[in-house]
Amino acid sequence: MVGNPLTRNIDLSRPPFDLAAYEAVDGYRGLHEIARGLEPGDVLDKVKDSGLKGRGGAGFPTGLKWSFVPMGEDAPRRKYFVVNADEMEPGTFKDRLLMEGDPHLLIDGMIIASYAIQANTAYIFLRGEYTESERILRKALAEAYERGYLGNNILDTGFDLDIILHTSAGRYICGEETALLNALEGKRANPRAKPPFPQVSGLWGKPTIVNNVETVCNLPGIMAWGIDWYRSLTKGNDHGTKLFGVSGKVRSPGCWELPLGTPIRELMEVYAGGMRDGLELKGFLPGGGSTDFMLPEHLDLNLDYDDIAGAGSRLATGTMIVLDNQTCPVGMIGNLMTFFSHESCGYCTPCRDGLPWVDEIFRAFEAGKGSHRDLAILEEHVDYLGPGKTFCALAPGATAPLGSGLRYFREDFERHISEQRCPYRQ
Amino acid sequence: MNTVDNQLIASTTVAADYLREAEIAEIEHERTLYPDARAVGLEALKIVQKHRGWVSDESLQAVAEYLQLPIAELEGVATFFNLIYRRPVGKNVILYCNSVSCWIMGCEQVKDKIAGELGIGFGETTTDGDFTLIPVPCLGDCDRAPVMMVGPDQHRNLDRADLGAIFAQYREGREQDGR
Repeated sequence: MVGNPLTRNIDLSRPPFDLAAYEAVDGYRGLHEIARGLEPGDVLDKVKDSGLKGRGGAGFPTGLKWSFVPMGEDAPRRKYFVVNADEMEPGTFKDRLLMEGDPHLLIDGMIIASYAIQANTAYIFLRGEYTESERILRKALAEAYERGYLGNNILDTGFDLDIILHTSAGRYICGEETALLNALEGKRANPRAKPPFPQVSGLWGKPTIVNNVETVCNLPGIMAWGIDWYRSLTKGNDHGTKLFGVSGKVRSPGCWELPLGTPIRELMEVYAGGMRDGLELKGFLPGGGSTDFMLPEHLDLNLDYDDIAGAGSRLATGTMIVLDNQTCPVGMIGNLMTFFSHESCGYCTPCRDGLPWVDEIFRAFEAGKGSHRDLAILEEHVDYLGPGKTFCALAPGATAPLGSGLRYFREDFERHISEQRCPYRQ
Repeated sequence: MNTVDNQLIASTTVAADYLREAEIAEIEHERTLYPDARAVGLEALKIVQKHRGWVSDESLQAVAEYLQLPIAELEGVATFFNLIYRRPVGKNVILYCNSVSCWIMGCEQVKDKIAGELGIGFGETTTDGDFTLIPVPCLGDCDRAPVMMVGPDQHRNLDRADLGAIFAQYREGREQDGR
């Protein structure tokens, strides 16, 4: 049986599979099932039963999310399915691999999802900078239209679907699903208040599902090989496989598809090859820049949503950023604070004014001018900018590396104060 | 360059002849993809920028008038998104990743080398108008950090790359299209 449904067709040394090649290896089977009479409700049930959780960061059950969309005779006739391909979480490089490596997998998944919620228009919200992904996706979409897998009355099912590739004009906040919808509507990408949730009132006020690229790429396998197969892939509590990446000063940085529940140590030491010569692991962010630091003592935990949550962090995007013992943790956190400060949309005060303040304090530490009073202000901001205190998840995301960093690397902050300089700098 | 022109603000009929045929054709195509003009507004700014390099006050007004959008609203959108340039940029825009993985892998040292090579820092354009250097969030190639884009092309592993050779390709006007 297939053990790597997300990456099985990916070989970056050659162009990605065209439609015929993709279809020859069990591609578009979900669509053919639909053509044979599979109902939208059947698709929803399968996805629910698979246990698939969103791979964009929040880990929300995908089937449950879909189930909030109004269905049936009384439902609004216009609905939208949107793929969040705005990959911009610092240290995250997985959706690019899927789009550039196997574009038909994404289109296949989009057809399945759109059919399940009965959306006739789907958008791919792609980062403007991903020019290669754009080129490859446009080609694949043209093939799908030509083959009659997109357009009107697909395979005589009476189901119409158009997929529109939208290239974005930037800003990290667009990854937040309601901000993304505003951007797609041509507005400033400030997040929206919830409720109403997009599932009920999303794009142009219509029911809308927004799913991450990797989430959508899980759907073709679930449709082709079934729930039992999907549930058998895992080594842990959560179902399926996931893309895991490692960046930083390891021997072989990269991105691999592994069963959920794989030990972190295996990812770090076998796949990424361990630390470069002369360096030791000091800590790591397990799922991009908005996650809490973890320590070497956590290496024997598994790559599983609950396991990582148990260590006070989040699996999130599954792309690890490794901190070595010769890189300054204060500098690393400071870099993240600069990023979050830049990328605040400016809508709510704690985020707009708090993050630049935090960033300024890190610049002071960098310049050897940090004080204990500054440390206390940073501590306060972990609370002031935390979950529930801001309009969206951007600032709480920033407090994850900040709060855990202050806790785990206290000594490094202290040394910046007592030595009046960065002790890591020669 | 970017000062407010009172005459321009006062005038209401600039757009008619401003947009070129190719731009209008592309804007009209975008209209078929979105159900309302506001969504097309952002796309139209990208189209004008593609043709003219940046979005001037005149371009912004022309787009607003063409799509019948409030000019202030469109300006609010234009200034929100970092890939819409409201000031002139060089022939090639360098989007330089300075996010965390690139930082760990030495992007600050590489940036110093770029400053040496081109004599510019963030937000600046070379005197010959060939390059503008702009920081950008994580470019999603973290296993090959540090990375940057020059125009539409991604360049990876910059710590061991020959920066001079990379920039020379663009100086001679040869786009990298060997893909």
